[in-house]
Amino acid sequence: MADLPLTGHLRPDRQALTLREYERAGGYQALRKALRTLTPRDVTQAVSDSGLRGRGGAGFPTGKKWSFVPMDEHAPSTRYLIANADEMEPGTFKDRLLLEGNPHQLLEGMALAAYAVQAHVAYVFLRREYTVPAQRLARARAEALSAGLLGQDVLGSGFSLDLHIHTSAGRYICGEETALLNALEGRRGIPRAKPPFPQVSGLWGRPTVVNNVETLCNVPHIVDRGAQWFRSLSRSKDAGTKIYGASGKVARPGAWELPMGTPIREILEEHAGGMRSGHRLRGLLPGGASTDFLVEEHLDLPMDFDSISAAGSRLGTGTMIVLDDKTCPVGMVRNLEHFFAQESCGWCTPCRDGLPWIESILDDIEKGRGEEDDLELLQRQARMLAPGHTYCAHAPGAAEPLQSALRYFRTDFERHIRERRCPWSG
Amino acid sequence: MLTAEERREIEEELPHYRDRQSLTIEALKIVQRHRGWISDEALADVASFLEVSAEDLEGVATFYNLLFRRPVGRHVVLVCDSVSCWIMGCDGLRDRLVREHGMRFGATDEQGRFTLLPVPCLGACDRAPALQIDDDLHGNVDGGSLGALLEPYR
Repeated sequence: MADLPLTGHLRPDRQALTLREYERAGGYQALRKALRTLTPRDVTQAVSDSGLRGRGGAGFPTGKKWSFVPMDEHAPSTRYLIANADEMEPGTFKDRLLLEGNPHQLLEGMALAAYAVQAHVAYVFLRREYTVPAQRLARARAEALSAGLLGQDVLGSGFSLDLHIHTSAGRYICGEETALLNALEGRRGIPRAKPPFPQVSGLWGRPTVVNNVETLCNVPHIVDRGAQWFRSLSRSKDAGTKIYGASGKVARPGAWELPMGTPIREILEEHAGGMRSGHRLRGLLPGGASTDFLVEEHLDLPMDFDSISAAGSRLGTGTMIVLDDKTCPVGMVRNLEHFFAQESCGWCTPCRDGLPWIESILDDIEKGRGEEDDLELLQRQARMLAPGHTYCAHAPGAAEPLQSALRYFRTDFERHIRERRCPWSG
Repeated sequence: MLTAEERREIEEELPHYRDRQSLTIEALKIVQRHRGWISDEALADVASFLEVSAEDLEGVATFYNLLFRRPVGRHVVLVCDSVSCWIMGCDGLRDRLVREHGMRFGATDEQGRFTLLPVPCLGACDRAPALQIDDDLHGNVDGGSLGALLEPYR
């Protein structure tokens, strides 16, 4: 099962691996190796050499993020490591798979990351609705504590790590790393201005690394088997494997760990079974709600960061949302913008006031009350909500499906306006 | 007044965080678990216990959609209304819950049994449409079998 490090050991019944089962599959070997034979910098170097990029959506090189943590003698000695388990990007369900199926894998990844940046306190920031992951993580944490894999003097190495599981109280924006920090500090989940970045000033002003669950789950395997091995798993420039997914009217919605760079068509046809009978593909969002639509002409693209970016979209979370020909594209975009408008934290005007306005125009168009110049207005608003115009990336994310829908499904929008009805209704 | 049990549970969380103020969300969740919702009085009691202002605490309580500042029924039904569940028919599900099972969208039913609320993506998109009742996730929900699904929740 060397080709599927993240999911190869998952039990068929999807129950969580116990500590014993995880260790039998090679679990915690990496942590033992690191604590006995590697320096913190060695671990960071291995992760940098591996080419691992963040799996939460932004794709930032993980080793580089860790290397920004000040480690000199003048730096604050208190540092934090946080696993971002606030998975709420619409269409995304890959972290749930990892949390429920192999919580020890995450704990080991967190311990290694904490060791690398010399953090002695770590948090899992887990969304409240994920009740099964909460139970399984708590149990795995207790097992790890009993076995001396967490807590004081881990495995007799002198390295100590207190690990806490924090469950949230809702809101999508808490998945944004600086809003997450504010939520953890007991405040409203409003993002922070960057710089300073969390690696320098994060939780309670201390150096903090926030990484996605899938990102951290890769770390034990990289430390255990090496950077070259990790690179060899990929079919393209990016390294490792990726948990891809598909939802919508495909024959077999699901999630599958595959080599990074697997083409879209292969994921859709071989793993998701193609479209349901009687349905044709019209487009897809490759990596969650905040990515641009791709269409038929893009299906042979490798699902890696650079290829999808060159096509005008983003890999994001890598879980695809598929639009079929019996579903109204205007309705789909209205649903997406309703989500983004609702989840605005309310801090900055373009987002707080712009998104509900966009939603209201789309609602009118969908219901046959659209006006001729509505499309021009939506285009202008999408351009206004660009990176750098808003306090965080939330509204720019909302602009992505909107601007790409106006590009690829313009005739559908025009029909709604001209015919004063939704051609898909009734 | 916070009960001794509530105070104890909140205090137990303190070592995990840097200060009392960081406990606001935890404390509100604990009180909500005991009482179902967070009244003005409960809010003031928590604020006083954590040594924060009630105004700041209200700001926190009203930011997070899973903290309830109004009474809820014995069970809270969260219907995912994000894009994958929308494609797979969550609107129809919600309509049936209202029309056929006496629920009120955004409110509590007459018997005080169910409160029906929308929720963003539950992370069960391969089992859409999905909904969560209290702590239980239900995927691949079939509109015709809602009665059986709701039955155990008295």
